[in-house]
Amino acid sequence: MLELYGATLRSRLLLGTARYSSPAVLKEAVAAARTEVVTVSLRREAAAERAGQGFWSLIRELGVRVLPNTAGCHSVKEAVTTAHMAREVFATPWVKLEVIGEDDTLQPDVFGLAEAARILCGEGFEVFPYTTEDLVVAERLLTAGCRVLMPWGAPIGSGRGLNNLFGLGALRAHFPHVPLIIDAGLGVPSHAAHAMELGFDAVLVNTAVAQAGDPVAMAAAFAQAVEAGYAARAAGPIEPKDFGTPSTPVIGQAFLG
Amino acid sequence: MKILVNGAWHDTEAVKLAVALGELGYGDQVVATAVNGEFVGAEARAHTTLAEGDRVEVLAPMQGG
Repeated sequence: MLELYGATLRSRLLLGTARYSSPAVLKEAVAAARTEVVTVSLRREAAAERAGQGFWSLIRELGVRVLPNTAGCHSVKEAVTTAHMAREVFATPWVKLEVIGEDDTLQPDVFGLAEAARILCGEGFEVFPYTTEDLVVAERLLTAGCRVLMPWGAPIGSGRGLNNLFGLGALRAHFPHVPLIIDAGLGVPSHAAHAMELGFDAVLVNTAVAQAGDPVAMAAAFAQAVEAGYAARAAGPIEPKDFGTPSTPVIGQAFLG
Repeated sequence: MKILVNGAWHDTEAVKLAVALGELGYGDQVVATAVNGEFVGAEARAHTTLAEGDRVEVLAPMQGG
């Protein structure tokens, strides 16, 4: 079981709710992923359109936990204010804290992130910081009060998988007891399985599912990959070697030359 | 007076934020509000006074990653 800020979850796949072709497809994808946590955001609402009201009704029908994000925020103040607004609307202390520092890669501004995390943790928020694999930043975030970290695999929406295996492995090794969720950049289920095999606790996927040819089937595929990767990690994978080793016994082999 | 609501100018005679939101059609909606970049909680809207040129943000739940 996965424990995040005291919440016990069976599923280790978190799902984003953006970029689906329709609300119906989103709903089916959430079911197929067997996810228990979905990410949501806040955006400007035109009074006459009531788009947000319809979306919020749909999410409540799903019966899953929501993890509001601060997507698009570029400053500490924007992120903190957005978090306050999200806490009221979604009635949860959880916040996926994003402070974007660079627009081409959507790389987090880790300095602003640490400062915003310090403020929000001090105010009772349960912060899920979207960060890099940097060990020093991770330590700062934990010192600020974060009890979960969300390192990126690759830039948001890029589908490139795990860009820095060494760095991610080091992060896992340095913080063996902190829940670590790979947050961004996964493209295919094998990326998710790999993350789980490396010992990460969960993955969060959005674009790779929502923009797939068949999002519902892809959601199911990610769910299977996460389960397989987690089971494989628990089963104790062998260490890679530099040379071939026969798997079939050599003793007793016939001499037929 | 004119206030800027979600980036568009509106004329209003409402002095309080809650009244302005009602006039704009948000009365029964689940929204979060900020004035001039500062969060204003739902319970504070009734006694939050607006001034000429104030920037009001009205945000609602939306899809997110």
